[in-house]
Amino acid sequence: MAAISREEVAHLARLSRLAVTDEELDRFAGQLDVILQSVARVGEVAADDIPPTSHSVPLTNVLREDVVVPGLSQAEALSGAPDAEQGRFRVPRILEEEA
Amino acid sequence: MTDLTRATAAELGRLIASGEASAEEVTRAHLDRIGEVDERVHAFLHVDTDGAVEAARAIDSARAKGEQLGPLAGVPVAVKDVIATTGVPTTAGSKILENWRPPYDATIMTRMRAAGLVMLGKTNMDEFAMGSSTEYSAYGPTNNPWDLGRIPGGSGGGSAASLAAYEAPLAIGTDTGGSIRQPGAVTGTVGAKPTYGGTSRYGLIAFSSSLDTPGPCARTIEDAALLHAVIAGHDPRDSTSIPAPVPDVVGAARLGASGDLSGVKLGLVKEFAGEGAEPGVSAAFRDALDALVKLGAEVVEVSCPHFEYALPAYYLIAPSECSSNLARFDGVRYGLRTGDDGSKSLEEVMSLTREAGFGAEVKRRIIIGTYALSSGYYDAYYGQAQKVRTLITRDFAAAFEKADVLVSPTTPFVAFPFGSRTSDPYQMYLADLYTIPSNLYGGPAISVPCGLSEGLPVGFQIMAPTLADDRMYRVGGALESALGTLTPPAL
Repeated sequence: MAAISREEVAHLARLSRLAVTDEELDRFAGQLDVILQSVARVGEVAADDIPPTSHSVPLTNVLREDVVVPGLSQAEALSGAPDAEQGRFRVPRILEEEA
Repeated sequence: MTDLTRATAAELGRLIASGEASAEEVTRAHLDRIGEVDERVHAFLHVDTDGAVEAARAIDSARAKGEQLGPLAGVPVAVKDVIATTGVPTTAGSKILENWRPPYDATIMTRMRAAGLVMLGKTNMDEFAMGSSTEYSAYGPTNNPWDLGRIPGGSGGGSAASLAAYEAPLAIGTDTGGSIRQPGAVTGTVGAKPTYGGTSRYGLIAFSSSLDTPGPCARTIEDAALLHAVIAGHDPRDSTSIPAPVPDVVGAARLGASGDLSGVKLGLVKEFAGEGAEPGVSAAFRDALDALVKLGAEVVEVSCPHFEYALPAYYLIAPSECSSNLARFDGVRYGLRTGDDGSKSLEEVMSLTREAGFGAEVKRRIIIGTYALSSGYYDAYYGQAQKVRTLITRDFAAAFEKADVLVSPTTPFVAFPFGSRTSDPYQMYLADLYTIPSNLYGGPAISVPCGLSEGLPVGFQIMAPTLADDRMYRVGGALESALGTLTPPAL
């Protein structure tokens, strides 16, 4: 049985903001199915009493004194932007303009 | 004068310090070599000729003024294109960052500049460090100097190939699942993954944040250790950087080179002792193990029963973290923006930008990660993978009760021909079979050349406990003293 369908891949691509083509959907669906069937083996060994590890270094709450240190200038922060205006990132419209 | 491109970094440092060669001569020799061979090798995405010469001249003038310089001052280094570097583009091998110029240097770059290292340029890699062959670079693959029709490993194939082609004496890589060690193995060079958190991730373009580890690549163990010592150490700008002293890796490499391993216990991972590896790889590994025994090492068999689940766990954890990390490429703050013709919404522009800017492997991993983190599947996939991570860490802890280091081949197969593993993505993933456990555990591991199979290099992997990076350099130094280094055929 397939672990993942073409429709599911299309849904995930939308969630991931990837405007994939029909050809990619055809190709990815099969490939992702092979990968997911292979990695699903993690379910064979990990029992309920095993705690998860998110991170190999057990560090928490790294704090420092609240002192000002140099950071990027506004011009530096905007230097790679595809579009900028008045010292800000310029983006395409976010709200629909209904007539 | 001897060919400066054949010298080790340690030798070059001494020549420059003594005034027998200037930093500019050393840098120009490498730039000339790049000009001569890189059209065929394609190790570099960007060569910074002017910047390198300028940096070298600054070292020469500092030396003329009598300033105290470090052992690598004036020595050239090639830097993987996933490390943010001011003054030159940083693309991570992706079209989505084509021509991006970072406004700041990565911490390891700052440290290399302070140590007087001269950056030659940025090296090719699989897009966002996802791959084992550089075939997933948006700018075309790097060719293995041992056989230009074969892969140089990945993701850091450009860095490894630059060493094997004598274009650079040192290089920087990053290792998330084997991206330093596997390229080292298949190009006959040394590649070290430090302890996770031992080298700063600040300025490293993130792929899988709980695994990503920058590290040194070189042609000798001592050179790798010298570069390791420059880049390692606590960085307050990386919240997972470990506030602990860096082990004496240079001293350990030199101790190992003396050729005495009396009392050192090598743990032979039963589950990895050649099974799944090509016969020639297993044979070279066994011969190297015998050489270490002759130096006084003792071999003990250890069992790590959960290592077989490392690959599946990794290919859930890494894509999950990647799907989150790569959300930042939205066509707003940096990089590509596509389809913004005034009629489309932000969301449409975002989707078109990411579709145009990412390659197939990156898209596959983003989709898998989104799947593994989605409600309903999280427990079965990501949650289970994190539990496997615990089991693998326990396997390592038990094994290090019996052995000082663990050993295995670095990768199951020698450099494969282009195109032979791209049609089935999972076949590509198998290249990382032996390297991934150390990433999930967090401990250091190194690949050292240990001979040839079918005329192509084989790597010997040494895995050490967390924060005991010196141990792998000691054993690596001993192996190198016994077997020597590998010299590729003339290009």
